[in-house]
Amino acid sequence: MVEEEGFRRYIAHIVLWIGIAVVAFPVYLAFVASTQDNAVIANGQMSLLPGGHFFKTYYQTIFVGTSGTTREPVGHMMLNSLVMALLIAVGKIAISIISAYAIVYFRFPFRMSIFWLIFITLMLPVEVRIYPTYKIVADLHMLDSYAGLSLPLIASATATLLFRQFFMTVPDELLEASRIDGAGPFRFFWDTLLPLSRTNMAALFVILFILGWNQYLWPLLITTRDDMQTIQIGIRKMITTTDALTEWPVVMATAVLAMLPPVFVVVAMQKLFVRGLVETEK
Amino acid sequence: MANVTLRSVRKTYPGGFEAIKGVDVDVGDGQFCVLVGPSGCGKSTLLRMVAGLETVTGGEIDIGGRVVNGIEPADRDIAMVFQNYALYPHMSVYNNMAYGLRNRGMAEAEIKTRVEEAARILELAPMLERKPRQLSGGQRQRVAMGRAIVRQPKVFLFDEPLSNLDAKLRIAMRVEIRKLQRRLNTTSIYVTHDQLEAMTLADILVVMNGGQVEQIGNPLEIYEKPATTFVASFIGAPPMNLMSTRPEEIRSQLAGSNAADAGILGIRPEDFVITEETPAGGVALPLTVEAIERVGAETFVYGSREQEDQHVAATPGELPPGEVIVRIPGTGAPAIGARIRVAAVRAKLHLFSGDGRKRIEA
Repeated sequence: MVEEEGFRRYIAHIVLWIGIAVVAFPVYLAFVASTQDNAVIANGQMSLLPGGHFFKTYYQTIFVGTSGTTREPVGHMMLNSLVMALLIAVGKIAISIISAYAIVYFRFPFRMSIFWLIFITLMLPVEVRIYPTYKIVADLHMLDSYAGLSLPLIASATATLLFRQFFMTVPDELLEASRIDGAGPFRFFWDTLLPLSRTNMAALFVILFILGWNQYLWPLLITTRDDMQTIQIGIRKMITTTDALTEWPVVMATAVLAMLPPVFVVVAMQKLFVRGLVETEK
Repeated sequence: MANVTLRSVRKTYPGGFEAIKGVDVDVGDGQFCVLVGPSGCGKSTLLRMVAGLETVTGGEIDIGGRVVNGIEPADRDIAMVFQNYALYPHMSVYNNMAYGLRNRGMAEAEIKTRVEEAARILELAPMLERKPRQLSGGQRQRVAMGRAIVRQPKVFLFDEPLSNLDAKLRIAMRVEIRKLQRRLNTTSIYVTHDQLEAMTLADILVVMNGGQVEQIGNPLEIYEKPATTFVASFIGAPPMNLMSTRPEEIRSQLAGSNAADAGILGIRPEDFVITEETPAGGVALPLTVEAIERVGAETFVYGSREQEDQHVAATPGELPPGEVIVRIPGTGAPAIGARIRVAAVRAKLHLFSGDGRKRIEA
């Protein structure tokens, strides 16, 4: 890193602080709003300092839910979201690492055709094929279930490509040494390739977990029961009220809670993630 | 303990490229066989065929009296040391060595004994818990050797195991490999492009070129009686001086005996002496000194001959036409530009047919 002198360094720091403020202030505001009384927010006199309703609001949000709109405690929504995001992330990694293994290490008929077939599905995200996908899930009686929420989102061309690229950098001699050491295809995958892919899997997990957590369109379509709705759908439902005041503290608390798991995943995985970038040796 | 016999082994790649064009080699029990040749000569391919990592297109590979053509690498009872070591980066040194044994279902106590024994021999005992990336190049090399030793295989296969080490370490490891092989008395096949490594390690030296064997034999025998000009210029450093016998100057000196059939004359740099006399039956050449290389114990004199018309079929390691290298003792050297006269005795002349494919005994 180049050491900047005096004045230029202050400029750089000021720009960075402005950036932080732009990103962090709305988040801070959401947190402050979640600790205020609803009446104070409604008449526009909200203070910029946290109010005294922290425990009350969060208890109500997590265990009771809003009084009128969703009739579902946010704690349960978070559980639904968590299960969905985990299933999607773990499922995607499992499926794609296995298919990448097949494509890179085995010679079978139409190997390249299959690779390209996987590749072109990049052009067909869920939004494009939403009707047929919905039809299939409905026909399989998977509406309002965790399987329905996660299965259609599990197939992943991106992750398959990523693992393929990584596998191609693993030296062939490692496979040959394994063969001489008496390890068959399964053992090589399990004992050598999986441990080597650890950091890649961690990086993918972070990305895929957040992707799964933030799903909106698909859960909106296939969940109808209140006890299957995810937190992203819940927030939206809470805001729209017909004959009552929107319970802003609860909405804001839900928003803050919805942010926490992705933040936790990023923080927890960061070490592995960074080590994956630093460790160059294969 | 086993013999390794290759019987007219061939390898043709799907594209039609013929990598190995029929090779016959017989390595006796406990012998150290070195395959040497320039890059692309097929030596590594041949080794990988013995290991079972490449399929065999034709011929038979026999290890210990059993034809192994269709047998998996793991079941051939061989162990291989790779050029880049191919250690499992995520396993400790101990586990790297133990992995192959565990896959064979060996009892953990027996594995421990074998790994510790290997670690003791290779002086790896303090590093058993480390990961490969925490080791130096030489230590990694030793772990790779350890992985081969613990298996107690019939045959060791080495694929240029020293080429990733620096020069000093390479010499030390070369001696260690030789000592280890003597001690374990395991049949070994070793691939290298370094002729010095080949000379010092081999019981049997196999010189390869273009997918074929040029010469098989004891290293000193090959040095003293190279069968072709390729072998002559490949074995020995600096390479043998090869010159056409067509110019009158040389033809007249070679008169008599069957030297008349020869098209190419070879003389090793170390067989020349700077002298005004011409030994009986020997060859003397006038040279102009172009360059001097002093390496301490010896000095290399690069001289040029007056004739421009000599041209010998180009092979790797060969000198440009008209240039002659002379090796003299380290003390004293002619000045650059000086005109000198060098001579070699009859017994030190190597004669080859005009195409360089056949040695002619004088």
